[in-house]
Amino acid sequence: MMTTEILFAMKHELMISFIIFLLLFWKIRSDEPNHKWVLATVNGMLLLSTLMVFMGTTNSMRFNQMFLDSVGSNFQKGLLSLGMLLVSAVSYKWLERNKNLIEFYLLMLSSLLGMFFMISSGNMLMFYIGIELSTIPLAAAANFDLEKRKSSEAAMKLILSSAFSSALLLMGISFLYGSTGTIQFAEMNISLQNTPLSIMAMVLVFAGFAFKISVVPFHLWTADVYEGSPVAVSAFLSVVSKSAVIFIFMNVLFQVFLNLYLSWILVVSLLAFFTIAIGNLFALRQQNIKRFLAFSSIAQMGYMLVALIGYPDQVQSAIIYFLAIYLFSNLAAFGVVGIISEHTGKENIDDYKSFYKNNKFLSWVLAIALFSLAGVPPTAGFFGKLFLIMSGAAKGNYLLIVLAALNLVISFYYYLRIVKAIFMDENAAPIEKTEPGLMPKIALYICMAGILVLGLYGQAYEYITRIIVQY
Amino acid sequence: MNLLLFIIIPFLTSLGVLAVKGQKQVRTVAFIGSVIQLIVSFYLLNQYQNERALGDTAAFLFEQNFAWFPSLGIHFHMGVDGISIAMILLTSLVVVAGVLVSYTMEDLHKEFFFLLILLSLGAYGFFISLDIFTLFFFLEVAVIPKFLLIGIWGSGPKERSAMKLALMLMGGSALIFVGLTGLYYFTPVENEIRTFDLMTLSRLGMPVQAQLFFFPFLFAGFGVFTALFPFHTWVPDGHSSAPTAASMFLAGISMKLGGYGCLRVATFLMPDAAQVYAPYIILLATIAIIYGAFATLMQTDLKYINAYSSISHCGFVLLGIGMLTKTSVTGAVMQMVSHGLMTALFFAAIGMMYSRTHTRLVSQLGGLLKVMPFISSIFIIAGLVSLGLPGFSGFVSEMTVFVGAWQNPNMWYRIATILSCASIVVTAVYILRAAGSSVMGPIKNDHYQSLTDALWNERLAAVVLLSGIVVIGMAPFLLTDLLAPGTDAIMGQIFNTVK
Repeated sequence: MMTTEILFAMKHELMISFIIFLLLFWKIRSDEPNHKWVLATVNGMLLLSTLMVFMGTTNSMRFNQMFLDSVGSNFQKGLLSLGMLLVSAVSYKWLERNKNLIEFYLLMLSSLLGMFFMISSGNMLMFYIGIELSTIPLAAAANFDLEKRKSSEAAMKLILSSAFSSALLLMGISFLYGSTGTIQFAEMNISLQNTPLSIMAMVLVFAGFAFKISVVPFHLWTADVYEGSPVAVSAFLSVVSKSAVIFIFMNVLFQVFLNLYLSWILVVSLLAFFTIAIGNLFALRQQNIKRFLAFSSIAQMGYMLVALIGYPDQVQSAIIYFLAIYLFSNLAAFGVVGIISEHTGKENIDDYKSFYKNNKFLSWVLAIALFSLAGVPPTAGFFGKLFLIMSGAAKGNYLLIVLAALNLVISFYYYLRIVKAIFMDENAAPIEKTEPGLMPKIALYICMAGILVLGLYGQAYEYITRIIVQY
Repeated sequence: MNLLLFIIIPFLTSLGVLAVKGQKQVRTVAFIGSVIQLIVSFYLLNQYQNERALGDTAAFLFEQNFAWFPSLGIHFHMGVDGISIAMILLTSLVVVAGVLVSYTMEDLHKEFFFLLILLSLGAYGFFISLDIFTLFFFLEVAVIPKFLLIGIWGSGPKERSAMKLALMLMGGSALIFVGLTGLYYFTPVENEIRTFDLMTLSRLGMPVQAQLFFFPFLFAGFGVFTALFPFHTWVPDGHSSAPTAASMFLAGISMKLGGYGCLRVATFLMPDAAQVYAPYIILLATIAIIYGAFATLMQTDLKYINAYSSISHCGFVLLGIGMLTKTSVTGAVMQMVSHGLMTALFFAAIGMMYSRTHTRLVSQLGGLLKVMPFISSIFIIAGLVSLGLPGFSGFVSEMTVFVGAWQNPNMWYRIATILSCASIVVTAVYILRAAGSSVMGPIKNDHYQSLTDALWNERLAAVVLLSGIVVIGMAPFLLTDLLAPGTDAIMGQIFNTVK
């Protein structure tokens, strides 16, 4: 009886582990596996893993409170599986041609597995192992365009910065252990007092998290890594990896550090403002579309931090809702960029001038994704962003709210700049007609549906709110 | 009467536009959709008057309420009063005219009509919303179509104008949003759930201190949409670069969204602050009126002339709102309707002239009355409405604003009224000068001889708009009676707070 319960509670982890082992055996059996079959199998199983959300779950703790299973984490894992599935579907052609396909999936799925454990962790050790498992394979994946020098540079930057952030995190965790005498989230919450040591611990843990979600001033690696990595890895980094870290960040913030609320509120406000402002200002000047998306994603993280100031329930629903929208919007944008980059090698914003002439479908997808990122209705980004700002306003921090709202205008400018290039600017040699292929097209349609439905259909938000209450 | 029709019909029309192929089919679908919408609008007017005649005194009729984000207190709450019906009628008239005027659009016609209809969807949704979040949503829905319409089909420095317009309107929206969160969090809570519902918020009342803080955000935010000085700078560029139908929509509908928001949201929900800030509103409105009028004098491009005069005319709307008397507020709404019709007619006439002569410069035009009498007459009539000739709507609405403004005994307000009144003389100068040198006199360019007069679609568009103008001008009581309950409710809110 016990075993089946555990199997049920860890269904996502088991599913991903199963795919990993399957791929390993596949690789051992044949050196030249049929790529079509591998892709079909992996995508199918990721779809299964996504659909497992609907099996539901009950809130429970396993293994001496190391592993927490809850309705919320179940949903988050489903979301991440969906993100991975969309990344894999949208870069279908690139993957199909890649001779190290199986290794690519091994790395990405290990990272995904790490994220699942990280989200479910109820204990600092488990959390640390999860976060390491999720970042180290990504550094290898970032170097996947083996012949590109930039790719190696990106991998190096990623591994160094993540090692550094892990060190900070570990330091913070040991301080926390020093000041509370426990590594369980639930017990830390009780015994954490407002002492210099615990504040120091909090600052270090914060810094560690800030690195992973590239919050200013820990953002410097982001643009270089996104630019150098293959588009699939950049998309994964900017959407799946960041979402996972934010999920656990919220847990740590509201479980462990709730007593220190007054200390972290100012830190978060300042970080939020600088992240938005600097992300926006740098995004203004970018020419490479991947670097541009990197800075835009930094600014998006800033809005997420704005929300953190509010009341826990509202914050968590607003952020999870936003991340679900962000997943669809950003993956659609990265998807189009990836398809174009794979076919033509063009990654410059100027290359996208008159894009609409030959690629009507891809143009609209990119434009709608950018509108959603900018937060313009009827796309869901509008609701996502406004709910973030609303939840940030709940405690009356109006200076930050006004600044965040005005920064929306700056971000609007740079998203519109690309829309302008696509639809309005003249270009003697626009990008020729590019056929995205069946799988990427399906993925892009799913993204479009997500962008439009999540906002207009209010029950999506209500569903997330109910999950949070059940936490 | 089901108000959802005002969302469903434009939505189906836009889907229909996407579904069919070829320019002829696309424009036919768009035309049929907008005509159905016009009929439905008049049916709504009829139903509304029947209800009122039967003695229904509710503030809003035909209410419908659907939960959208119930845990955040966001509902899809619809309902109309006289003011919204007047605006809906305006919108549907301008939409029909806009579709007709762009009937010969060839370049990317499908996208063009799709965006036009989407823009009108935003406007309809805005006017029927009784939940201020929903209202804000629809206000923003119209932003993308505006940007794309100007940027893709525009003329002159179109990309720059489109960007400027989109950014300034977005800035306005950001300010509005701050105001909305203020209303949301500072209004006392009822039943443990916060709300964006217009009537609930007005009933519960926001504390005066909070009103004083948030009113400027809300009013300036909506003010950007309605060319409140100094946020008017998008108006000339946006209007003059836009294609004809988009200019008509922008000036005829879009700027009215701002005025309606100033009245319905800012003034209605924050009546105390409205009184405190009234002098500033009046000051800015007076500046806009006078500055707009004098700036128009300097323009040589017909579209710029109309755009700058729009700043001046929208100043009357804000002046009427700022004066806070029943007559002046009624006048403000009348001015919105009147200016919407007039300016759409003006832009339509300019567009027809431009599509034939390929110039909009007053100095290059001349003698058009001989070759295209219909278009030239329309142009002159629009000009006369603009300068407030009795018999047309411009006269009655401006007159109502002035009479209402004069009811306010404050000396400074009266000086502002006199100054604004005097600006009409300037209006007469630039309108008569533009009309005189562009349509009268000798024919300046020989190839004008070969030009043809308006086609049936252009004639119909002009007639549609002109009939609205004449009806209001001849029988203003139709409009004032329609508006009375709505303005009464707003004034009731204001007088409740008079200490």
